[in-house]
Amino acid sequence: MTDDTLLSARGLNLRFGAIPALVDVAVDLWPGEVLAIVGESGSGKTTLLNVLSGRLRPDDGVVWYRDPSGRLHDVHAMPAPKLRALHRSDWGFVQQDPRSALRMGVSAGGNVGERLMAQGLRHYGSIREQAIDWLRQVEIDAARVDDMPRTFSGGMLQRLQIARTLVTHPRLVFMDEPTGGLDVSVQARLLDLIRSLVARLNIAAVLVTHDLAVARLLAHRIVVMQRGVVVEAGLTDQVLDDPQHAYTQLLVSSVLQA
Amino acid sequence: MTTISGYNFAYLDEQTKRMIRRALLKAVAIPGHQIPFGSREMPLPYGWGTGGIQITAAILGADDVLKVIDQGADDTTNAVSIRRFFAKTAGVATTTRTDAATVIQTRHRIPEAPLTENQILVYQVPQPEPLVKLEPSRAETRRMHALAEYGAMHVRLYEDITRYGQVAISYDYPVMVNDRYLMAPSPIPAFDNPKLHQMPALQLFGAGREKRIYAIPPYTNVRSLDFEDHPFRAGRAPHACGLCGADTSYLDEVVVDNAGGRLFVCSDTDYCETRRDAGHVGEAA
Ligand SMILES: Nc1ncnc2c1ncn2[C@@H]1O[C@H](COP(=O)(O)OP(=O)(O)OP(=O)(O)O)[C@@H](O)[C@H]1O
Ligand SMILES: [Mg+2]
Repeated sequence: MTDDTLLSARGLNLRFGAIPALVDVAVDLWPGEVLAIVGESGSGKTTLLNVLSGRLRPDDGVVWYRDPSGRLHDVHAMPAPKLRALHRSDWGFVQQDPRSALRMGVSAGGNVGERLMAQGLRHYGSIREQAIDWLRQVEIDAARVDDMPRTFSGGMLQRLQIARTLVTHPRLVFMDEPTGGLDVSVQARLLDLIRSLVARLNIAAVLVTHDLAVARLLAHRIVVMQRGVVVEAGLTDQVLDDPQHAYTQLLVSSVLQA
Repeated sequence: MTTISGYNFAYLDEQTKRMIRRALLKAVAIPGHQIPFGSREMPLPYGWGTGGIQITAAILGADDVLKVIDQGADDTTNAVSIRRFFAKTAGVATTTRTDAATVIQTRHRIPEAPLTENQILVYQVPQPEPLVKLEPSRAETRRMHALAEYGAMHVRLYEDITRYGQVAISYDYPVMVNDRYLMAPSPIPAFDNPKLHQMPALQLFGAGREKRIYAIPPYTNVRSLDFEDHPFRAGRAPHACGLCGADTSYLDEVVVDNAGGRLFVCSDTDYCETRRDAGHVGEAA
């Protein structure tokens, strides 16, 4: 890895019984960069995301994270409290289903404020103010700050999850199909929002998607996975416009046909 | 009262007492941290203070003077039967006077009179886990304690302030002990919380059904959770005691006649009597 890599993985291997979910995978991510992991269902995208974020331990291989002071951390060798602290501060995770990430019995403001409180902020007014500010940033009416998430639409729930994640200004966000399960017009708006937030806040992101159009819109670089193997990696436009590997060519052409 | 034979001193066998004392020592060493213990069957149903009784049995010595209160009163059925139980099985002296007691077992109150280094306060605890309403999984609450991840509890307070303009917890108000562990002080009124802080007496907490013991050693910092701009407030009814005129004690509202007449009186009966003996008079007296 180079001196300024934010996240770097080498030699990742993981098997689920007979299934090789990751085969000698290497990944690099630079600050402020969005990396998309694409591939068909079952190709190992979620598995890779979970291993990169320390939520799942590989059989083999290492994941390095460089903290803001420049120190490198072996993610899978970190003590659990440190890793959890990292997930609460420098990192964020956006899941496909916002209902499993949000506290559905807690107001929108409480959901957004939770990470601030977990970091020790103890000023109600300031927590609430930041929650309102973040609702605005994800284009939710500030008047909804005291409403329960169950009164929100699917797209709003996902935007609420994004506000809840970004409120502590993470440097690195992991996203697993953040627009999956939403209808197309809602997806487009959400993608726009993610793109502008990530660019404005200079957030690095690892984004899992099986939708090449999503990758094209959001990602600087792309890795293509097939049966646990990274078959192609490079700049998004290059890979999508001029795919080298037969599997990528198939993926790209099937999108064109669709 | 004569002691009855056939039982070990204070009912529990010595081996069980040693086991409980070991748990108590651990609890004192890690203020506010819940220690599992092998809770025994007691000749009382759970909910009658079996956790507190087991602790009291394990720490009582022949020279101790025991006081037992329930909601501040010495004369309720529960308090009377626990006091009698130890008078019979341990032959210890009992008292209703806070200042005369060396061990005070309590349910739902801390006495009004300041306690001293020579006293131990034993709490009966129905639910030792302050996070139980937020997180049903025991394994997860243990992890939250281990990592001091208490953000979720503050979310609860945030929600209360948002909805009601203030924290709507009037009993068992959660506290941080020694700046480390979140602790349930048992269902004492929030009014009593400030007394937990820097108390000269040793405080021991026993949950029989949940099989947990925890402790606050003397002179430990105990902070009620709050926000800087919504500081913790210990509420009490805005009245003076009808019997002794006290205007700083915690009051119970009692019905005094068939016409629905009501009266606010000290919930701590010994405190009230002591004041009346000293000549204080309330409006209804
Ligand atoms: N916990 C598990 N136990 C057993 N097999 C698993 C487990 N998790 C994933 N797998 C298998 O590993 C392979 C990769 O799964 P993964 O979830 O990473 O795929 P994916 O690319 O995210 O797919 P999708 O697009 O459907 O979400 C699949 O064959 C899957 O069945
Ligand atoms: Mg997946």
